[in-house]
Amino acid sequence: MVQEAKEITIQTEPFVLNIGPVHPSTHGVFRMRTTLDGEVIVDLEPVFGYLHRGVEKLAEERTYTGVIPLTDRLDYLASMTNNLAYVIAVEKLAGIAVPERAEYIRVILAELQRIANHLIAVGAFLNDCGAYFTPFLYMFREREKIVDLFEMLSGQRLLYNYMRIGGFNQDIPEEFLPAVRRFLRQMPRFINEYERLLKENEILLARAKGVGILPGEMAINTGASGPVLRGSGVKWDIRKADPYSIYDRFDFDIPTGTVGDCYDRYRVRMEEMKQSLRIIEQAVRQIPSGPVKTELPYLIRPPKGEAYGRIEAPKGELGFYLVSDGSIAPYRCHIRATSLLNLTAIREMVIGWKLQDLIIIFGSIDITMGEVDR
Amino acid sequence: MKFERYGKGLAKGLTVTIRHLFRWPVTTQYPEERLVTSRRIRGNELIWDSAKCTGCATCAKACPQGAISIVTSVEPEENRYKVELIEVDTGYCIQCGLCVEACPYEALFMGYAYERAKYRRGEIVQRNEMLLASEERRRSGYMYPEIAAELPEQTLLIDRSKL
Amino acid sequence: MTIANPLINLVRYGQPLPPDWPGGFWWHWLVFTIIIIVFVLLLVMGYIWIERRGMGWMQARRGPNRTGPLGLLQPVADALKVLMKEDLVPASADKIVHFLAPIIAFIPVLLVFAVVPFQNGALLADLNVGILYVVAISSVSTVGIFMAGWGSNSKYPLLGAMREVAAVVSYEIPLVLAVVSVVLLTGSLSMNDIVLAQDIPFILLQPLGFLIFFIAGCAEINRSPFDLMEADSELTAGFHTEYSGMKFALFYLAEYGEALVMAAIISTLFLSGWRGPVLPPWLWFVIKVIIVFFVMVWTRTTFPRVRIDQLMALAWKFLLPLALINLIITGIEVLAWPEGWQWVMIPVNIVIMGVLILLWSRLSKLGWGRVEV
Repeated sequence: MVQEAKEITIQTEPFVLNIGPVHPSTHGVFRMRTTLDGEVIVDLEPVFGYLHRGVEKLAEERTYTGVIPLTDRLDYLASMTNNLAYVIAVEKLAGIAVPERAEYIRVILAELQRIANHLIAVGAFLNDCGAYFTPFLYMFREREKIVDLFEMLSGQRLLYNYMRIGGFNQDIPEEFLPAVRRFLRQMPRFINEYERLLKENEILLARAKGVGILPGEMAINTGASGPVLRGSGVKWDIRKADPYSIYDRFDFDIPTGTVGDCYDRYRVRMEEMKQSLRIIEQAVRQIPSGPVKTELPYLIRPPKGEAYGRIEAPKGELGFYLVSDGSIAPYRCHIRATSLLNLTAIREMVIGWKLQDLIIIFGSIDITMGEVDR
Repeated sequence: MKFERYGKGLAKGLTVTIRHLFRWPVTTQYPEERLVTSRRIRGNELIWDSAKCTGCATCAKACPQGAISIVTSVEPEENRYKVELIEVDTGYCIQCGLCVEACPYEALFMGYAYERAKYRRGEIVQRNEMLLASEERRRSGYMYPEIAAELPEQTLLIDRSKL
Repeated sequence: MTIANPLINLVRYGQPLPPDWPGGFWWHWLVFTIIIIVFVLLLVMGYIWIERRGMGWMQARRGPNRTGPLGLLQPVADALKVLMKEDLVPASADKIVHFLAPIIAFIPVLLVFAVVPFQNGALLADLNVGILYVVAISSVSTVGIFMAGWGSNSKYPLLGAMREVAAVVSYEIPLVLAVVSVVLLTGSLSMNDIVLAQDIPFILLQPLGFLIFFIAGCAEINRSPFDLMEADSELTAGFHTEYSGMKFALFYLAEYGEALVMAAIISTLFLSGWRGPVLPPWLWFVIKVIIVFFVMVWTRTTFPRVRIDQLMALAWKFLLPLALINLIITGIEVLAWPEGWQWVMIPVNIVIMGVLILLWSRLSKLGWGRVEV
């Protein structure tokens, strides 16, 4: 009798819920067809391609300098590092050396961009957790300071188009470095206050600790990089493992998580912001004076060959694979998109959790659809 | 979830929010107060200097979008072609500034204003005399440090907010 | 042990208002109905304004400030906008259920105010089972919300409505137990008597009860951090996704109206209602109601949302045992405490609350993790 009683369970039937391309919390146009059993997720099928613009094909019709505005629009929230990856790839292809001052400025701009991007990532993640826009708006206030600095340099606030092959076309104005120093003084106070708001909050710990675990093995196998990989405990950062530009002259740590859950990824991003501040401080002290661009012809024609240039973008490893056939436009330009490869493991991370956890896990990977779809 | 810290984390968060209640907000009331933009702003229009332009059409070749069209006369006079039509489709333009960098005679400037919305799509295409500099159409200092030195300084949030 | 001396109250506050105050039963009913409707509508508009301005300033921005001076006419503008919208009903929706749902969700809000005292004896009806009536009527609006979720014939509202029903049913029990502790101290179920018995406001005598009531109350009215029924960033809009126009306005009104109801009950039960030194009593009532709502806005701005299984676990594993223990301790105190030493009960109760919260935080694990599929 007891055995019979145990086998009588409620019959349930899974249903398909389409978390559609237009949704308040998917970061961009991303569609997920989820099969739910009550509230528990049984299966997930991601559908993307809604923002495909054919960037790789368009790049074949523009000159090497004309591709730079295109690369801006890939990961539109972190546009300086996109430019930097492309420019480093072209310089590798053509064998161009960059003056010292330009290298230091590139490091400062890349690290400022990293802080700005992690601010958005953390703010959007906390917004998905349900803290009704408060951390999001605090974060936007700080990002505004960084965007003001970038506006001083390039004239635009989101899509900078500032870096060029061989350096920069315009030197930084004189009020830039004093403004960066003032920013460096204000930022640690803000990070402390931000952490006090939500780091030890029990509700956030309950929502994010132990949720969406990505084991280190699976992270390496699926090609994840950036904070997603480092949150799972793998200590891999291209700035230390395969240094580009002048990163080997600076002294900084690489924060890693232990378990690989959403909380670890959030902590890794906060710690990376602090390390970026360290790098900027050292760079601002050591920057030399001099020219900012090597002398190059107006339309460069790199010799025939191929090159792969990669950097540690805020979201992970961003790489450009360029093939040249000696003309003024690239023959083939392929982009190793960070967010697309970070998304590979989403099905394994999400199955078994509830619908609300799906939103949080998706927010903690931090994608931008411009990069996924190109 | 465990209340490991007995609600201490919750209380800390509450103190942060209530302290913000007594600080001045950082928003500005547009359109009554406007912030000063950067001196190198790549504004919404293109400005042309017909005296220095020779009609070489380097800008048209440099534009990644193909937004600039130039038609010149066939015979040069005093080493310059007479430009009969220069047409910029500001709707196609992405304000990248590559044309300004490309011009070898320093005849092209980015605009300083950013509030240039029009009611009809036809008015966005600008040609010939509409592109000249004037009182309302000021030039920005993008690629021209001497023009940038005369423009007002940019307002920075670092100086406006105390935190 | 008795809590208050009725003779002192008679001297201090005079005779209570007679139950047929202006002149006969029907005039009394008419005057108070008008007072209640005006009160609810005005204060709900005030609440909308406080929430949007208050949240704005706490988020380093200003709230609405274009409609009228300081944005005071913003709720009026919202109401006008919502009135002029087209009323869309999904084609496959259940028409009657879809139509009745907002009405059933909103009516209990007005009904509860029949027993809330604005002044000494100034109620629509001084029922001697006042608080029981309140608990019973405020559960009816849940039926309205479930009808909305079911009648829309769409997946998102259904999910929201299911969560809502589960949450409300779970949180009724700690709510009622906290109320029973207050009733034990007073000795009567009538709301007017409860206010008259609070020489020392019950928030000091029953700190644990207040905390339980506040948390359970926030969960009942779907207010952050428990607002997963209408979570913008997850379910598009929960149970009122398919509503527009005046029906949506009724849901919106019902949400703030329930917040008003909860604030009014809290200030009557725990903050000593209309009692206060200098100002007229109904002004004290309004001030206390506004302060309680401000605390709700403050918690909404700060905290993230809890997950549905954590919500249920919080009710059953954390609040329910604490409410039971609180009830037992209150019972013991009422029976066995010596006369005239009421002030000492305050620190004793606070210490007991601290010990209980520490103990329960250590012992209970709320919510479970990954489910095997």
